[in-house]
Amino acid sequence: MRLTPEEVDHITLLARLELSPAERERAAGELSQILDYFEQLKQLDTENVEPTEHVLPINNVLRVDETRPCLSLEAVLQNAPEHASGMFQVPRVVEAE
Amino acid sequence: MSKYEIVIGMEVHAELLTESKQFCGCANVAVAPPNTHVCPVCLGFPGSLPVLNEKSVELSLRTVLAFDSKINKHTIFERKNYFYPDLPKAYQISQRLFTLGEGGCVEIDVAGQDGQVQTKRVGLSDVHMEEDTGKSQHGEAIGDPDSSLVDFNRAGIPLLEIVSAPDMRSIEEAESYMATLRQVLLYLEVSDCKMELGRLRFEASVSLRPFGQEEYGTRVEVKNLNSMKAVRDSLRAEIERQTKILDSGGKVQQQTMLWDEASGTTQPMRSKEQAHDYRYFPEPDLVPIEIDNAWLDRVRAAMPELPRARRQRFQTDYGLSAYDAEILTSTRDIASYYEAALENYNNPKTISNWVANELLGRLNAENKDIIASPVRPTQLRDLVKLIDDGTISGKIAKEVFDEMFMEGRDAILIVREKGLGQISDTSEIEAICQRVIEANPKAVEDYKGGKERSFAALVGGVMKETRGRANPALVNELLKKQLS
Ligand SMILES: [Zn+2]
Repeated sequence: MRLTPEEVDHITLLARLELSPAERERAAGELSQILDYFEQLKQLDTENVEPTEHVLPINNVLRVDETRPCLSLEAVLQNAPEHASGMFQVPRVVEAE
Repeated sequence: MSKYEIVIGMEVHAELLTESKQFCGCANVAVAPPNTHVCPVCLGFPGSLPVLNEKSVELSLRTVLAFDSKINKHTIFERKNYFYPDLPKAYQISQRLFTLGEGGCVEIDVAGQDGQVQTKRVGLSDVHMEEDTGKSQHGEAIGDPDSSLVDFNRAGIPLLEIVSAPDMRSIEEAESYMATLRQVLLYLEVSDCKMELGRLRFEASVSLRPFGQEEYGTRVEVKNLNSMKAVRDSLRAEIERQTKILDSGGKVQQQTMLWDEASGTTQPMRSKEQAHDYRYFPEPDLVPIEIDNAWLDRVRAAMPELPRARRQRFQTDYGLSAYDAEILTSTRDIASYYEAALENYNNPKTISNWVANELLGRLNAENKDIIASPVRPTQLRDLVKLIDDGTISGKIAKEVFDEMFMEGRDAILIVREKGLGQISDTSEIEAICQRVIEANPKAVEDYKGGKERSFAALVGGVMKETRGRANPALVNELLKKQLS
């Protein structure tokens, strides 16, 4: 099953990846291959198999509602490429009026 | 009358009243300096793992039970994937397949065609748990047109989303729905519902269709509603906008609009966020939740009587009017105050008047909550007792109440100290009546000549002499006797 160029574009957009034409071509091939494996898996008879939501056989892992110390502001921002007024600074996300 | 039927659905997001966040131990606070309540989990650092807050499941279950939703005893979390700077993990932990609650309804009061109040059931499609996102500010507001600034204090705060069916048919019904939902959440102590802090948020979807048409029109979502008024005004503006489009033969576009308070219009949302393709899948970092009957019993045991039930009980048990019952159950604290005042003293009607009129009036005027009332329930009860046993008149009682409200002292102390007790001594009142009659020969003459109004003047004279303390019934009786 070969992905169309439009499908590849949509996937790269969802993943926020910018690919050169050559990379896009390669990704299309590799992603198609992965999908082929899934086609193969789909041939298995799973009629009587419950869908798996989790691989661990445990439920209800909960914590008591108590607060714990937070990170210092300095630690929080130390890896931020840019910050201002104690906040992470990013390219504007809402378009100007 | 418009020729279109209005169809409204509501999505409600309520931040839950927990100490800590949904999946980490950071404090759940609405107001704090930016990024001071964050940790590796709520910042989405690689290698960190979420652990679910038990209290938030309990609060969510309360809500689901209150609205009679079907509970999915097996429930799981899923990842809702999208990119946005205020979403640190690039996915929101939410629920879609097995939401905590499914179906159920909110019973609201609406005015029927005959003006009578009717009950209407607004269906719910689902109630699910999720986590809040961070907050961002953009452009000029932060002094840089090309940037957005992000604060993650809100990221990971437990959030409950309640999604209604498109069952509302007017703005009034939408308002009643919001008020009812808010009141129930407050009663349940699930959320503090402070809309101005974004703790309770409404989003409306609205469409129009010609009356009689079965299929729904194209719906438009309206966001950025931070008060009940904003919801009302934005719905009005949006309905007007859609009516104009349909009237001119156009088609309404399916889109998300933002309410702009300043211009009083809804504007299309312009965001760089791309088409919705959330690719939900089960959250591998969280194991499923199994809810057994014992857990549900514990939750039920902690649930208070809900406003509608309490209102009905106040009418049947205490003989209150629907109006009084509504005021006295408007908040859980007011209802509890009222019932505390009633304890050991069976005069529900008079006490309801004092709470609803005098006390709430004074509290509202001073912008105080009933929790902070300077007059305690037992003190108000004792004041009513003094009226009922004839120690003071209703008029004096208001004076006493004013003192109590200012000083928080007991009524009986104020009455004694100021000598406000009612005079019910026959000989004392007789003597005063005598003096008043002698001092007002003209009034006496007029009264004897048939002028009833002159009698009131004589009563007034006695009251003035006694500073309002004379027992009014006794004054009437003795005056009449002396004049005949
Ligand atoms: Zn945290």
